[in-house]
Amino acid sequence: MRVGADRFAFPGFRTLTFLCLFILYAPLLVVTVYSFNDSRSITTWEGFSLRWYVDVFVGPDSAKFKSAAFNSFSIALIAASVATAVATSAALAMVRGGRFKLRTATFGLISLPILVPEIVTAVAILIFFNTIGFTRGYMTILIAHIAFCIPFAYLPISARMQGIEGSFEQAAMDLYATRAQAFRRILLPMMMPGIFAGFLLAFIISLDDFIITNFVKGAGVETLPTAIFGSVKQGIRPNIMAISTMLLAFSTVIVTLSWFISRIDRTK
Amino acid sequence: MSSERPAAIDVRDAVKRYGDFTALKTISLSIQDNEFFTLLGPSGCGKTTLLRMIAGFEDVTEGAIYLHGKEIAKLPPNKRPVNTVFQNYALFPHLSVLDNVGFGLEMLGRSRTQARARAGEMLELVQLSQFAHRKPAQLSGGQQQRVALARALAPQPKVLLLDEPLSALDLKLRKAMQIELKHLQRETGITFIFVTHDQEEALTMSDRIAVMSSGELQQLGNARDIYEHPRNMFVADFIGETNLLAVTVDRIEAGRAQCHLGGGQSLGCDAVEGVGAGAKVHLSIRPERLFLTDTTPEGEGLTGRVVENIYIGTDIASLVDLDVGFRVTIRTSNSERGAKRLFEPGAQVVVNMEQGAARLLVD
Repeated sequence: MRVGADRFAFPGFRTLTFLCLFILYAPLLVVTVYSFNDSRSITTWEGFSLRWYVDVFVGPDSAKFKSAAFNSFSIALIAASVATAVATSAALAMVRGGRFKLRTATFGLISLPILVPEIVTAVAILIFFNTIGFTRGYMTILIAHIAFCIPFAYLPISARMQGIEGSFEQAAMDLYATRAQAFRRILLPMMMPGIFAGFLLAFIISLDDFIITNFVKGAGVETLPTAIFGSVKQGIRPNIMAISTMLLAFSTVIVTLSWFISRIDRTK
Repeated sequence: MSSERPAAIDVRDAVKRYGDFTALKTISLSIQDNEFFTLLGPSGCGKTTLLRMIAGFEDVTEGAIYLHGKEIAKLPPNKRPVNTVFQNYALFPHLSVLDNVGFGLEMLGRSRTQARARAGEMLELVQLSQFAHRKPAQLSGGQQQRVALARALAPQPKVLLLDEPLSALDLKLRKAMQIELKHLQRETGITFIFVTHDQEEALTMSDRIAVMSSGELQQLGNARDIYEHPRNMFVADFIGETNLLAVTVDRIEAGRAQCHLGGGQSLGCDAVEGVGAGAKVHLSIRPERLFLTDTTPEGEGLTGRVVENIYIGTDIASLVDLDVGFRVTIRTSNSERGAKRLFEPGAQVVVNMEQGAARLLVD
């Protein structure tokens, strides 16, 4: 045992930690394992097979899932891009704009959507679209996603910016760069890891979203989470597990990537 | 005629206010071409604010700044032929050392090839050629500092501004850099304006020094002027170490002021215009210009008792309580010659003063 580890250990915490991890990850593990099950049953193991993965792409439900996947990924890509652009501008104004009135209030306004229960946001957006008479469909999902992705993109970007001292831009301008050149040549490259991490976070949040999407989507327009939910209502089939496992793998890759990128230190 | 050439930098009645707070109170000074000029003062004295006003990072609330006769106070930093070495160097972390040094030239419209060629020459000047393709973070603090210097010098500015550039270096490196900076200034012939709170650094490097405190210019002069003829209490106290004695002027005779110390003892010093008998003033006496003996050899000796001897390497500082009520510090060189002038704590001694060591200061 490592020296000093005992001094900060409380009895029972280790057990509790493992219990929490078990509750969190056991279901994911079960889903992943049973997605490779060669059986229609979701509980009895009958040997390894990739048939449900094949089923997702060519089975009876494949058309539905393909269109849902297209919607999900295209919305996530567009929403994350727009949200990142907005969040970058917001971070520039907040971090470099000096002190202005309502600065704290603005920060609250930007990050509040993370704290508000999603169902409240969902209902509010739905009422908003109904009030202005906006027909629900692909566009309403996209607009809603752009809106709630902004704070998630904002946090890593502004954290990155706060770590960049103002003296870098001053040095650039002292060396005859215009304000625009100082931004493009110095500030933007230094912010890039934060911007990329913000983009990936926004992308994954959009891809994962169910509640808001379910409220604002029109009839016939599905994203992966709503399509999966729709299928599950008619009974859980192993192909759902296969889709879930693929989504899980994709999310894990993106989140891991985002973590590594945010840690890139351009000073090295 | 070179003597008629306008000053490199001419600050005229410059005032800087932040809301109600006045950071600079009507400063005027002229800095000549090829001068190593230092702004010296404690933190918060306004020296960095003045430097940033010359660089263009701070607006000038009132007054004007001229560079070779041309008003620059309203120009943005990228339109001023002035470059800065920042306290934290502010090297661009994503660019190589070579591209950092070439950045200014590129922004001035030179091609990347030209900029890199000139940057290479600059790196040679600061002896860092072999690090040209490294990133700044891969260099030591001293090397980064030289890159910052090369970067600021590469566009051949009219004036180079240095904002406490040596404060992050350890003592030995700092001493070496002080000499290197001074040489670089002579070689390039560029006017240097150097900001520091380190009086020793200022005395070592500068042609002229402007001592500042609480937003005001306290004294302007060369190192010797400022050390030996401080104009006021602040300068005497801030530059080096000194003994300040509160005294009353007894009488003025033939340009000499006799100052009453109490207990019937008095000290003589050069009179100052406007100070007559009865004035309450301070005497400033540098510790190295006092020495101890056990009997009065001649003239103005003050009796006292040694409290403590403090060993400081090159010197030994003796604290002595004078019988007239002051405590003074006396510096004796740590040498065989100096040892004869050292006394154990508790010993009764006479404090003697070198000719002309006491300087009369009006508050």
